[in-house]
Amino acid sequence: MRLRRLRRVGWVLLGSLALLGARWWVRPTPQAAPASGATPERAAAEETSTADHTKFEILQQPFRTGPEVTKACLSCHTEAAKQVMATTHWTWVYQPPTSNEVWGKRYDINNFCVAIVSNWPRCTSCHVGYGWKDDSFDFDNETAVDCLVCHDTTGTYKKFPAGAGHPAYEPKEFPPGSGKIWEPPDLSYVAQHVGRTSRRTCGACHFYGGGGDGVKHGDMDSTLAEPPKDVDVHMSPEGAGLTCGDCHKPQAHAIPGSRYVMVAKDTHGKDLPESDGFPTSCESCHGLRPHELGKLNDHVDRVACQTCHIPAFARGKRPTKLWWDWSVAGDKARGKETDEHGWEVYNYMKGEFRWGKNVVPVYRWFNGQMDVMTLGERIDPDKPVYINEPHGDARDPNSRIYPFKEFRGKQGYDPEYKLLLVPHLFPFHPDDTTAFWKGFDWGPAFEVGMKTAGLPYSGRYDWIETTMYWPITHMVAPAEQALKCQACHTRQGRLAALAETIYIPAQSGHPWLDPIGWTLTGLTLLGVGIHAGLRMVGRRRS
Amino acid sequence: MRSVRRVYLYTRFERFWHWMQALLIIGLGITGFEIHGTYTWLGFAKAYMWHVRFGLALVALIVFAAFWHFTTGQWKQYIPSFERIGVMLRYYTQGMFRNEPHPYKKSELSKLNPLQRLTYLVFKILIAPIFVTTGLLMIFYNRWPEWGLNWDLGTVATLHSIAAFLMLIFFIVHVYMTTTGRTLFANIKAMLVGYEEVPWEEADVASVGD
Repeated sequence: MRLRRLRRVGWVLLGSLALLGARWWVRPTPQAAPASGATPERAAAEETSTADHTKFEILQQPFRTGPEVTKACLSCHTEAAKQVMATTHWTWVYQPPTSNEVWGKRYDINNFCVAIVSNWPRCTSCHVGYGWKDDSFDFDNETAVDCLVCHDTTGTYKKFPAGAGHPAYEPKEFPPGSGKIWEPPDLSYVAQHVGRTSRRTCGACHFYGGGGDGVKHGDMDSTLAEPPKDVDVHMSPEGAGLTCGDCHKPQAHAIPGSRYVMVAKDTHGKDLPESDGFPTSCESCHGLRPHELGKLNDHVDRVACQTCHIPAFARGKRPTKLWWDWSVAGDKARGKETDEHGWEVYNYMKGEFRWGKNVVPVYRWFNGQMDVMTLGERIDPDKPVYINEPHGDARDPNSRIYPFKEFRGKQGYDPEYKLLLVPHLFPFHPDDTTAFWKGFDWGPAFEVGMKTAGLPYSGRYDWIETTMYWPITHMVAPAEQALKCQACHTRQGRLAALAETIYIPAQSGHPWLDPIGWTLTGLTLLGVGIHAGLRMVGRRRS
Repeated sequence: MRSVRRVYLYTRFERFWHWMQALLIIGLGITGFEIHGTYTWLGFAKAYMWHVRFGLALVALIVFAAFWHFTTGQWKQYIPSFERIGVMLRYYTQGMFRNEPHPYKKSELSKLNPLQRLTYLVFKILIAPIFVTTGLLMIFYNRWPEWGLNWDLGTVATLHSIAAFLMLIFFIVHVYMTTTGRTLFANIKAMLVGYEEVPWEEADVASVGD
């Protein structure tokens, strides 16, 4: 009888367990988070401004040059130029907190147009100033700050591509011989229609890095001015409609978001609308456990949001450049060649290119720190040359798996001094044949480039392959287009290259496990088969 | 012609427990090897979710079965008896092919032959605990730092996978062994209905309670 009672207790226990289980079993399936509806209307913001710039008399004059406009701006905004001049946008100098080196565009080298030195007027067409045409530029001249390039709301103000930061003041052709005429903007009209920055103003430079639309970054091109939702869910007018400044929140004209030192892992979580001084990251809005499905939240300690939510970069209208080989430049007979997409694959001024759209990133451990090569840094030509390299390690809790655009190319180096060479590309004056884009001779181009940079040059040059890594963080796709589990959780998934550094189910595994396991399983089946056969033989014999 | 008697071998709970366990283990195997990367069928997310559900359900079942075994005293069925293992092995590797009678007679008091006792005991005290421990550890992987654990996920996962291969091998042999009863399906039938027809001979009486 005791036994029977116990059995009854048992069934009751089992029943309650089953009920408990069912509650958890039928947990609702995760649903996409509702799209943020609290998008501030930009137009409304402009209407709430307390100043109508068309009514300022000082702006109702026929400005002849950019600096004249700046002078007018500064008559009210007395501290604006000082603020701008303290920022990287002005100095192009960056002091990393983690290194004694000095970085910044002024001292960096890359594998696009390589270096600014000796090529100023072309490169500084993206400087937030006027007139940086050579080494003598006065960085203390307040009227040389360009207010309009960031604050134009008309879309008519454009810096001339080879104007050292100035717009065209008379109709000018660029590129030379292209027949494309750059008309001078109506500076008075632009000055009376200044306002907040926009995707368009930031993009005027940042979409065109590397000398063309979408060339450099991979996650930014002119599509982002008005992106469809599937290209960028945050910046799309059908999405959150955010502008650059919503995340890159300026403080006294200083705009956070440097790629030299980034935040690869935000442990602060939600800190908007009032920033806690920590740079805005995905977590600033989405928090530290953004997914409904718990297991996805278990990934955020080791996998950056970008890794799953930017399934591919260059998803806009333009492809991004993936390869640039300077060594074959200068062949005027080849002139310019395009591929079947109409993408330029050869240009006698620049060499051979490869492009990509919908490019799958490479993934690296990243703690936010970049190692950056600067002018005059020796290379080891026997090893792969990384011009910049993300730092990070699976064993470092501050590192996460992060997506990058890997950009490779071939550029000149000095085999004797083991230095990457600065090419003098853009002529100092119309008769400057030492410039490669005038004389098409690398000898003088490297000689003048290195001399201007104050670096030694042996007179010999050769070509070497180099690699750069560009962190991918824009072009976040709508949630339903994020990577599915099996993008990584499969044999030869996206993170195959990192399978040795962290255990990824379905991807990683002890190399002996499966061979031994399946061999033993096979032997078992074989043994069972033989046993069954022998039984049948035995039965037939009897 | 030998006479047979119907022996009530498997109680209602045991049968429920056995088949629930069988279903869960098959489900765990199918989803588990997908998570392992052997093939793609449900998709990783579904495979993972069901694997965890099956796994936790199995843990609940194990807890419950343990309760049942201790309250009913049925745990004694698994006390190993090594003396007749040699006889059993001899039967399975030789005697069976000569149609010799099974050296072990099941009864209500002793349901498992010495080989079964040993195999199931190894399963209960070695394989199942490895599965459950490593499985739960992996579910709560993100809490490890909180718990002060500094283990390698790969090692824990490998242990889980080793247990899985052992389980797979057990499963193959176990299913095959069901066909070695009086008829091909006699053993399965017994596990379904509870009763098994056992030959009834004078000599057998002595072996009862071994």
